[in-house]
Amino acid sequence: MKEVLDGNEAAAIAAKLARVKVVSAYPITPQTTIVEKLAEFISNGELDAEYIKVESEHSALSACIGASATGVRTFTATSSQGLMLMSEMLFVASGLRLPIVMTNVNRSLSAPLSIWCDQQDSMAVRDSGWVQLYCENNQEIMDSTLQAFRVAEELLLPVMVCFDGYILSHTAEPIEIPEQAAVDKFLPVYKFPHPLDPEKPVTMGPLGVPEYYEEFRYMLQETARASKKKLVEIDKEFKKHFGRSYGLIERYHSDDADVILLTMGSLSSSAKEIVDTYRKRGEKVGLVKVRSFRPFPVKELIGALGQAKAVAVLEKNISLGSAGGLFLDAAASFINVKPAPLMLNFICGLAGRDVSPLQIKEAIRAAARVAETGKVKRALRWLGLREKVLGLKV
Amino acid sequence: MSLEPGAIITEPGSSARYETGSWRAFKPVIDANKCTACGICWLYCPEPAIIKGKPHTVDYRYCKGCGICANECPFKAITMVAEEHK
Repeated sequence: MKEVLDGNEAAAIAAKLARVKVVSAYPITPQTTIVEKLAEFISNGELDAEYIKVESEHSALSACIGASATGVRTFTATSSQGLMLMSEMLFVASGLRLPIVMTNVNRSLSAPLSIWCDQQDSMAVRDSGWVQLYCENNQEIMDSTLQAFRVAEELLLPVMVCFDGYILSHTAEPIEIPEQAAVDKFLPVYKFPHPLDPEKPVTMGPLGVPEYYEEFRYMLQETARASKKKLVEIDKEFKKHFGRSYGLIERYHSDDADVILLTMGSLSSSAKEIVDTYRKRGEKVGLVKVRSFRPFPVKELIGALGQAKAVAVLEKNISLGSAGGLFLDAAASFINVKPAPLMLNFICGLAGRDVSPLQIKEAIRAAARVAETGKVKRALRWLGLREKVLGLKV
Repeated sequence: MSLEPGAIITEPGSSARYETGSWRAFKPVIDANKCTACGICWLYCPEPAIIKGKPHTVDYRYCKGCGICANECPFKAITMVAEEHK
């Protein structure tokens, strides 16, 4: 069935189709309408679940951790400062290996106070042990959320489905809603191996003394790595059921490209349009989209970018004092590999600033120059920066 | 021995195998002549590492040497003595 839905509705409907048993959330800015919609589903009887209202996002994720430990399918959604307040519990959820699925609507962080779109929030918690998927459109939000439960539950690893605030969260487009019966087949009833149960007591969250802690981190890392294979496997199975698949990365006219744009999230769509205009003129420009940021698709990127002369990484975040998160991981992928493309990092679209076709073309031009000369003067650059306001020379 | 994902311990009561007595820097020594077996130390011991009897004795496998018993004993029957280096 096709319906016109915004990204928030797509995420909420996906959680409903997954028959989640517990939703916990804190309903204040920057919360989204995802949890509002789910509250509606539960109150009108469309979804049989507990809705736990709490006093903060820290508590929201804590409640999800407790619920998930009893062995039920658990979901929450947050954004921006909300994710920041959850950050302590993010590490607890992954450390306890609880397969919680969470939507994070990508929005910027204070200060200055901002509620607009960029990817700084989820990028700031990339080391938390959660799988991070970044969606390009609303159909991908729906499908990735359904896939997320399978991946999470089969590996005992929490999954964060991220998508761009406003650009996707509040923009409607026609998307295919899977039938409940088909979802039930794809996503069977969840069974946690050692749920909290007074009849069969277990200890969760014991002391990790120095003799053991490292082993548990190793196990978590191995599982995070294994999630790459699992994502591909579940994605393929999803295609059999619903006819759509996404992969860890998407290659768009990149196989023979000299210059490649590397993007994540909704920016990919705009950039693909620009790639098309270059291709029409016969110029070898392509794009690679990273869908799975954690696990990071190192091998896949080496395959997709290795033959290019220059790669321009466009991203809506910055690891302050260093560079963009996507750039850092993409560059590290080539650390022991030859041939490797030269790489430029473009910080853009922070706090909802539009990334215009002009800016994307500027990045392509700069990368083309680097491809031609083989020299990089400055790897880190800013797109759309208002130099005059800063008193900089243009 | 295999490690469960998430460090879940599936065997109830397994913490009894972890003898915390090695943490101790000072050990409580009960003076049998002063001890009236009133049970105050037994009540206060957080471990619990006091074995009830006449006099009470200490289970040194678990006693961490916190000294609460010595502090609480109304008859000053418990002295904290420095452990010798093992």
